[in-house]
Amino acid sequence: MNFASFEFLAFLAILTLVYFVVPKKVQWIVLLLGSVVFYAFAGPVSFVFLLFAIVISYVTVQILGKRHASLKKYLEDTKETLTKDERKAYRAKHKNGSLLVVCLGILLLTVSLIYVKYLSGFSFKNGISFGSTLLEVMGISYYTFISIGYMIDVYREKAAVERNFFRHALFVSFFPQLAMGPISRYADTGEQLKVSHSFDAKEAWCGLLRILWGFFKKLVVADAIAPAIGYIVSEKLGGIYFILLCLFYSVRIYGDFTGGIDIVIGSAQILGIKLPENFNRPFSSKSTAEYWNRWHMTMGNWFTNYIFYPLSLTKTMQKLSKWGRAKLGVGIGKRLPVYTATIITWLATGLWHGFAWNFVVWGLLNGLVILVSQELNPLYEKFRARFPKLWHSAPYQSFMAIRTFLLMSLIRVFDCYCDVPLTFNRFFSVFYTFNIADIWNGGIMNLNVTGTQYIVIAVGIVVMTVVSRLSIKKPLRETLWEKPMLGNALMALLCIAILVFGSYGLGFDASAFIYGGTFN
Amino acid sequence: MKKRIIRIISFALALVAVIGVTLYFGAVLQDARLDNREGHLLCGYYDTTDSRDVIFIGDCEVYEGFVPATLFEEYGITSYVRGSSQQTVWQSYHILEETLERETPKAVVFNVLALHYGETPQESISRMSLEDMEWSKHKLDAILASMTEEESLISYFLPILRYHSRWSELDGDDFKHAFDKHADITHQGYLMQTGIDPVDTTDNRQPDDMLESLPYRAIEYLDKMTALCKEKGIELILVKAPTNSIRYYWYPEWDAQMVSYAEQNSLAYYSMIGKDEEIGLDWSTDTYDKGLHLNVYGAEKVTSYFGKILAENHNMPDHRTDAELSAIWDERIDAYYKERNGEK
Amino acid sequence: MEKLIEILENLHEGIDYETCETLIDDGILDSLDIVTLITDINDAFDVAIPPEEILPENFNSAKALFALIERLDNI
Repeated sequence: MNFASFEFLAFLAILTLVYFVVPKKVQWIVLLLGSVVFYAFAGPVSFVFLLFAIVISYVTVQILGKRHASLKKYLEDTKETLTKDERKAYRAKHKNGSLLVVCLGILLLTVSLIYVKYLSGFSFKNGISFGSTLLEVMGISYYTFISIGYMIDVYREKAAVERNFFRHALFVSFFPQLAMGPISRYADTGEQLKVSHSFDAKEAWCGLLRILWGFFKKLVVADAIAPAIGYIVSEKLGGIYFILLCLFYSVRIYGDFTGGIDIVIGSAQILGIKLPENFNRPFSSKSTAEYWNRWHMTMGNWFTNYIFYPLSLTKTMQKLSKWGRAKLGVGIGKRLPVYTATIITWLATGLWHGFAWNFVVWGLLNGLVILVSQELNPLYEKFRARFPKLWHSAPYQSFMAIRTFLLMSLIRVFDCYCDVPLTFNRFFSVFYTFNIADIWNGGIMNLNVTGTQYIVIAVGIVVMTVVSRLSIKKPLRETLWEKPMLGNALMALLCIAILVFGSYGLGFDASAFIYGGTFN
Repeated sequence: MKKRIIRIISFALALVAVIGVTLYFGAVLQDARLDNREGHLLCGYYDTTDSRDVIFIGDCEVYEGFVPATLFEEYGITSYVRGSSQQTVWQSYHILEETLERETPKAVVFNVLALHYGETPQESISRMSLEDMEWSKHKLDAILASMTEEESLISYFLPILRYHSRWSELDGDDFKHAFDKHADITHQGYLMQTGIDPVDTTDNRQPDDMLESLPYRAIEYLDKMTALCKEKGIELILVKAPTNSIRYYWYPEWDAQMVSYAEQNSLAYYSMIGKDEEIGLDWSTDTYDKGLHLNVYGAEKVTSYFGKILAENHNMPDHRTDAELSAIWDERIDAYYKERNGEK
Repeated sequence: MEKLIEILENLHEGIDYETCETLIDDGILDSLDIVTLITDINDAFDVAIPPEEILPENFNSAKALFALIERLDNI
């Protein structure tokens, strides 16, 4: 089910109604059934994979829970009889067993993810090929990550073990978060999905406003600029159009992704469930590292917590570091684990997005930029200490934000072309194709976006910027809740703006409504 | 407490405002979408109350091929044409259901051209017919049967969802006339075309590849029409109006299929393909668009030809002796000639 | 404790590590810093800080970090 569809809105309305009408005790069952219905739309194949992830993570977590309990009991029982070192040794041995269990669980889920995303298109017909017809399994990237995170958290004894299979199933499959995140951890939603929720007017109103706001970002801005992006990419336009592409694509992905997440979080909010935030004004970031702490945050945290840290703290890495310090000097040795782990993490992040070279390059570039800016950091700090006034001045702060935005926009373009050499080729065309005049001589009017649409998009971007600025301390919708007249008036305006200006439906082609007007 | 009341009231007002604006703006946008006449061929029917002996049903070949005024003038047969652009068989079936709820004719004449569509060929044209119908169960059924995959039912209730992207083309007039009732531009369902644009004899295009047989779904709906007429004791007559167009080519194989269908269901089937001489059609004067459709001169000839069949083979009564009916029809015939002679 | 402060000061200058209690919350230490920091600490104190202990409450202040080191040492 697409979030931007009438089906989803009807589904959410009915679910909400049922959810608050049934006895509180069974609310979670309504959510589980809702998730099942949501999945039913995606077809039986999706369902099987989801069930697989639920069962594997459930079994893994149960075994881990039992092992933790038995270890605890053993340590308690032997308090008197064994020495500290003996107990330490037993604990370490036991932990290795648990590690094996959790690794097996992770392996199974990773294999199913890799199968679906990379290998299901594999065929022997006409030689070996990775066909483009991959299996379509809804949400697998997300629930796999949610399940793996949960298993690791239980292994680390940071999350409780859910004994009820169906509650566990709900935690893994809670429907709003499976199409595009957020990737929640057990600490985020585990408890919330267990307890009952009463209807709360404020949560419902704010949730509704947030859903509408998400639709505005997606339909009025992101989807409206999409034809221009498609045109520039398919026509392989260069020069100024490459720069426009970078900017347009940033606008599109921001509106589409943050808007989608607004719909997701808003939907859950109406039901009284607080999902973790996924974005925190990302385009105000002043460095790439900061950007990745503000953009797709739950994914970033997942990779940091479950790949980057464990990887960089493994014994091998620590040994590598020691070796490096001895052989290559302290500076390099110290950096070895961080650098290796950063590159591997970003490679994995790229591959998670898709099994293609453009994502590999995209991931590596991100890692590279972060490492380079890390190296330049002492320089920045000196500059900052030397010119504190300039550093803190608004123009310089804006300069840093714009620089980061442009850099990220540039890296993101790899996502557009899906072709690495072509992306580089078009990038370099900026330096030899001087067609900047196309901006004002009408060239940009030929990108399948009309002048009126550009105006609507521009107004939409201004509105998004203003709302973002007004939401620094607390979200604007919460401020508006305190001003009901203004708030409801704005909600109505937003609604009408989406209905009239949104890019949805079949579009209007006047000539299509003239019958027999042309001969063919 | 006070704040809570303000909250509830202002939310309710916002809701009303959104619904109101949506409906109003939707109506304006929907209405302004058409400045051609084909969008208003069905609506005139709802203003008529009299009962007729013959109902024509089908696509452009009926509303530009059969003239009720001529039929009465020459044979005293009362009739109405319920045709619309690219009317598919399922639309015809539901329009027929609607019609037979309002009156019981002696015969229903269905033009078979649309049988070669197994699915709705063009969303916009289909919608033009559907939106022109009055709301009823039949309209809903027709919508459900006609909807293409990318459409959603709700857009038929809230036209803004379909037409919103037109907002920038609206002008003041569109707002002024949004709720005006559409005048009936037809003559008992017949759409007058007085232009002449002869067939281009140098055009040597080939017709599209033939379907092996008429699509199953179309025949299924034809079966439904046959059953409906049988149930009501009304005679169903199948016709194929003449064309000289590559676009509306009617294959001999399809014709044979119709002949055998008619035989199996004991229906009459009249194909007017190849009957140009008997009808007296002259494709250099009787078409307004190079043979695609008939103009009024062609339509009158076809009507004369077919009226004779109706009177002789199907015993349609001559109402010209009925003073009351004659008075009503004379007025209609007058209006018809006024437009024909360019006085309107 | 002094050893720890020294390690921290090598990472970023100009921060009062004795009093600051928002090293993570204010984004003073990012993930790269944390790994560098742990590598140094593991070396200097002969402990092994496992990934699951990387929590804001353990890294927000030098004091908390020192407590973590002591805890791990005493297991």
